[in-house]
Amino acid sequence: MQRRALLLSALVPVAALSLPRAARAADTEVTIDNFTFSPALVTVSAGTRLIWTNRDDIPHMVVSALRPPAFKSKVLDTDDAFAMVFDTPGTYSYFCGLHPHMQGMVVVT
Amino acid sequence: MDDTTRTTNGTDRRGLLTCMLWAGTGVIWTVAGGIPRSGLLGSAQAATPSGGFSFAQISDSHIGFARDPNTDTPATLAAAVAQVKAMAPALILHTGDVSHLSRPAEFDTAEKILGASGIETHYVPGEHDMLEDGGTPFIERFQKRHTPGQPGGAFYSFDQQGIHFVGLNNVTDLKAGGLGNLGEAQLAWLERDLKQRSDSTPIVVFAHIPLWTVYADWGWGTDDGARALALLKRFGSVTVLNGHIHQVMQKVEGNVAFHTARSTAFPQPAPGTAPGPGPMKVEAGRLRSVLGVASIAYVPGRSDLAIVDSPLGA
Repeated sequence: MQRRALLLSALVPVAALSLPRAARAADTEVTIDNFTFSPALVTVSAGTRLIWTNRDDIPHMVVSALRPPAFKSKVLDTDDAFAMVFDTPGTYSYFCGLHPHMQGMVVVT
Repeated sequence: MDDTTRTTNGTDRRGLLTCMLWAGTGVIWTVAGGIPRSGLLGSAQAATPSGGFSFAQISDSHIGFARDPNTDTPATLAAAVAQVKAMAPALILHTGDVSHLSRPAEFDTAEKILGASGIETHYVPGEHDMLEDGGTPFIERFQKRHTPGQPGGAFYSFDQQGIHFVGLNNVTDLKAGGLGNLGEAQLAWLERDLKQRSDSTPIVVFAHIPLWTVYADWGWGTDDGARALALLKRFGSVTVLNGHIHQVMQKVEGNVAFHTARSTAFPQPAPGTAPGPGPMKVEAGRLRSVLGVASIAYVPGRSDLAIVDSPLGA
């Protein structure tokens, strides 16, 4: 519980710091629609900001599949968005914390 | 009434595997000698049998949801509560998703409407209720007063009228790609809890996500649900009440009757009939026919409970 709260607060500065970066690397968009991350697999270069937007009329979350999760959004109601910069090359699996059958992956090169 | 459902009892049920589907409001359960029967609220069959007692199931109120097809979820919950109250059940089980986003104002509204029934109400959480602070606000508000001497967290048991009621939490610590989750600690507690009961004790288990796999593609099942069911196998009468899928489904397997209740907020599509399990859009005039409650009646000496699912309106 507490660990999650810490992770969340740790994410806030990341998102804030990412704003100036957006000018350098184009953002990549992932849409959540019909209980699906679309595209479910995105490949981006390091430093790219990913933005997930919920277009469903049911809330969703973006949660790292690592245990404990490496990143976690707050709950996203309809039209809410979550942004995060991926600086380190690697493969990042994630899922919806509310509907864990919804899964996606970010490959950072 | 067309959408009244009845489980068969005794040997007819053994080996029988049925899966039926409706849309509705709430369920009232009558317990007769151990096996609950459900019926739609408003049905004459939901009346408490002599010598028995009845309880009601309300589910998926989603207070805070205010979109098509239901912009007034407090009103439909209030209608469900009024319907339940008219049947004077001994208690109400709420099988989760009381709120839409775990917000304090949503819990306030739900607590006020459900509290107006004046009927003892027992809750288990849905995933929508546990979004803040690990679920503590929900547990503190809706479960703590029911769980003196229990292990804490969102699961507990109690006894009433000879029935052993077990409330489980299968909506936290969910894993990527998985379904609902009970977890080791809860399963160990369940084993200890059931050990003290005789085989002839009627058991009613209630939890949010179905404990049996209704449709894995949409996450409608519980990964370790089979382990809980294995612990329940020796009992002569087990009734499993779930919500989450916003429609009535029923299955009987051996001595275990599975039942899911309608939502009081919005319907969801039958498995695989839509691209996703999002709210099903229905015309305003038809909304209450796909919302509902359930009633369950118990009659001592009978081996099954009568379950009647009732829609909120025609």
